[in-house]
Amino acid sequence: MNAPLLIFFILAALAVIGAISLILQKHPIHSALSLIVVMVALAGLYLLMGAEFVAAVQIIVYGGAIMVLFVFVIMLLNAGEEERTDFSKLAKFGGLPLALALTGLLAATMAKHGGSIPNPETVGALAPTGKISTLLFTTFVYPFELTSFLILVAIMGALVLAQREKS
Amino acid sequence: MVPTQYYLILSAILFGLGVVAFVFRRNIITIFMSIELMLNAVNLSFVAFSQSMPANHPHKLDGQLFVLFVIVVAAAEAAVGLGIIILTARNRQSLNVERVDLLKL
Repeated sequence: MNAPLLIFFILAALAVIGAISLILQKHPIHSALSLIVVMVALAGLYLLMGAEFVAAVQIIVYGGAIMVLFVFVIMLLNAGEEERTDFSKLAKFGGLPLALALTGLLAATMAKHGGSIPNPETVGALAPTGKISTLLFTTFVYPFELTSFLILVAIMGALVLAQREKS
Repeated sequence: MVPTQYYLILSAILFGLGVVAFVFRRNIITIFMSIELMLNAVNLSFVAFSQSMPANHPHKLDGQLFVLFVIVVAAAEAAVGLGIIILTARNRQSLNVERVDLLKL
């Protein structure tokens, strides 16, 4: 087995274990930490594919900013262990098999037809960050400007939602 | 060399686990985290498809730019969504989605 394949399987196992741990942990802070493991493993996979810009953004924005926001809110609300409520019989015996069937169907389709997709050329072929930035400010300049507007709206929305009502 | 197919299968598995977490968890913050997990799974297949294109293809890097936009939208969504969660928790004194049932018959 060659080295990239070995690294892939280690990182993939880490991501899947993190995702399963996200489901099984009872305390939200443990779920958040599991999700951070998944995100760091995915950043490693991006590096393995040669997409180093996406890997950096993944760690900085997802692993850094968004997850810190999550942990912050969990601390702020003093969230304790999740209380168990009984599922309906339909959810227990219908929901889980259906969700697993969806996963199996997606994975089987990828396994069956994904073979015709060409493989990445070489390990060392990094996606040039300079080219990405040129594209961002030429072809994708309108989505990029809209993004700044979206962030402005999100800031104002978060402020309006979080403020205390005047009595 | 790792086949592109492997990345796509991993992406499908992570997405499915995200769906399971979304459906079966009762804590509103964990449900929100499972949405982020699903977004991450889709990002993985975006990058896998992008990197599987030939090096001189004019649209090779488009997939990675889409990932960038998805991450930005996810960040905005997290900010607004967590604001809503704080509001709900303040009004209901609970993070359990079963207790947010005013619209339920």
